[in-house]
Amino acid sequence: MSASDLSSSMTQVQRSDVHPRARISLKRKLFRGLGTVFVWASFLIVAAAFLSIILDVLINALPGLKLSLFTEVSTGMGGGLKNAIEGTLVLSLGSLLIAAPVGIAAGIYLSEFGSGMAGKSLRFLSDVLVGVPSIVLGYVGYITMVIYLGWQFSVAAGIITLSVMLLPYIARTTEMALGNIPLAVREAGFGIGASEGTVILRILMPGALPAVMTGLFYALALSMGETAPLIYTAGWSNYMWNGQFTNQPIGYLTYVIWTFINEPFEAAHVLAFAAAFLITMVVLGLILLGRWMVIWQLRKRGAYR
Amino acid sequence: MKPSLFRFGLVGTASFLPLSLIALIVFLALYSWPAIQYNGFDFFWRNDWDLGNLYGNPVEIRGQQVMPGASFGIWFLVVGTLSSAFLALLFALPIAVASAYFLVEMLPKWLSGPLALLVDLLAAIPSVVFGLWGYALLIPFLGQSVFPWLATHFGFIPFFGGSPGSGYGLLTTAIVLAFMIIPLISATMREGISAIEPALKEAGLGMGLNRLEVLWHIILPKLKTTLVGVSILALGRALGETMAVVMVSGNALNYLPHNIYTPISTMAAFIVSQLESALQDPTNMAVEALAEIALVLLILTVIVNIIARLLLWGAKVRT
Repeated sequence: MSASDLSSSMTQVQRSDVHPRARISLKRKLFRGLGTVFVWASFLIVAAAFLSIILDVLINALPGLKLSLFTEVSTGMGGGLKNAIEGTLVLSLGSLLIAAPVGIAAGIYLSEFGSGMAGKSLRFLSDVLVGVPSIVLGYVGYITMVIYLGWQFSVAAGIITLSVMLLPYIARTTEMALGNIPLAVREAGFGIGASEGTVILRILMPGALPAVMTGLFYALALSMGETAPLIYTAGWSNYMWNGQFTNQPIGYLTYVIWTFINEPFEAAHVLAFAAAFLITMVVLGLILLGRWMVIWQLRKRGAYR
Repeated sequence: MKPSLFRFGLVGTASFLPLSLIALIVFLALYSWPAIQYNGFDFFWRNDWDLGNLYGNPVEIRGQQVMPGASFGIWFLVVGTLSSAFLALLFALPIAVASAYFLVEMLPKWLSGPLALLVDLLAAIPSVVFGLWGYALLIPFLGQSVFPWLATHFGFIPFFGGSPGSGYGLLTTAIVLAFMIIPLISATMREGISAIEPALKEAGLGMGLNRLEVLWHIILPKLKTTLVGVSILALGRALGETMAVVMVSGNALNYLPHNIYTPISTMAAFIVSQLESALQDPTNMAVEALAEIALVLLILTVIVNIIARLLLWGAKVRT
């Protein structure tokens, strides 16, 4: 084969194969173009939704963000939110006080002894429990505690209903926190003759604490933002809580949002937005604080990674 | 090592979790038993929620004391719950997957972190604040501008025509629900996409696919189980969502949607909006019928969640 033959056959090959872009079908071009537009648009839609929620709440709440929010009780037509703020704190901290010890213990069990069949089914059921609608929990709280036990709308019924909702979240975050600690740490503990309880409570828990705390912050944020389980368990009250756990309804911020917005008074609408602003800021703040703790822990305990 | 007191204590506390799930089902079933007997099985298909004549004398029907004319069919709730949840999933799925892909593959690392946080924070916004947003911002906007425009220009598509309504209704509910489930799907898909072996993506790129074609032909088929699992999980979330739906759905009673703008109600929202009037029933049958709805909703979401979790466990995904 001569040199000219070779070059002519090469040109032939190149002629049919040149311009790879030109061989992309119209269908593929359309897919690439429209796909890119759609991917960008999707993210922008989600981001716009988030920002519009925050701005909508902030702008409408601005006229109501006064000191009187924290010093006056609500009257139904206006006033402040002192009673509702107190109620939200009582209900969410109270439910955390019940759910945290039980949830953390369940999480320890799942992480340390949960490899068998019992642990697997427990883990599965707690995942399913997360999916139970909160209104169902509220209704069960209503028929059991409010009606059957005769507690009426009360702090206790609200707290217990909320804590059942928080249990699986706390259990799973504790489990994950402990699961991230290497096996060698446990072996070192048992190697120096420590008992099961000592290894878990004195060695593993301090290491997992920031991650467990993050889970508790999430749980607190969750309980503060809930409405459905409280409507028919905690009720509503325009007054400050008198310290009684049963037979005494209590107010909370999320109730203000969905009822005051339907009142015919402008002042009530402003209160509803102010309540939404307070709740949203606290909830987002707790989530960000939790995130920060995880990052802080990872930096500090770099040796574990 | 022999089981210690410590471990027994742990087992005891841990068993609160399954016990509370069983207790929920048992309490609801016990309480709603009279309503289950009175309503029969066909109450799913009847469309006649009516407390009856509350000023009459209670009559005994099928062994239960009820007010005359009372009946508790929930077909409109079945339709409203399923249609709003499926429509929400239909909207959420493409947007969530595309935004997950955008955050993982199309942005530099320093930028994707903070922007992903934006999507994650959307998940933390309380349901009632979503409802407030829908009520104060979306409904006036959609009801006065978007829906009339849709109805005039796209009326030829089935269910798009007819009266555009006031803004309260099926489409608004589905849009709000979609934004509530997007973060869940998006976060799971983000993890799924970043866990794919780089070699697979490189193989696709090497064959001349661009990045989007790699997503469509390689990444998504690989994540099929995860995608189906998290979709069903999100569906379960949408089925049980309460406060946002109460505030934007229009709380229809015995009313079937004839187009996408029609007011609806869902099982969860109905329980919140109706308990007050159900308490007026002196025979207590209406409250028990609401408990039956709660039981139906509970069983429905438990089944949906079991299916979703089995799929996700199979795909080794933690959410």
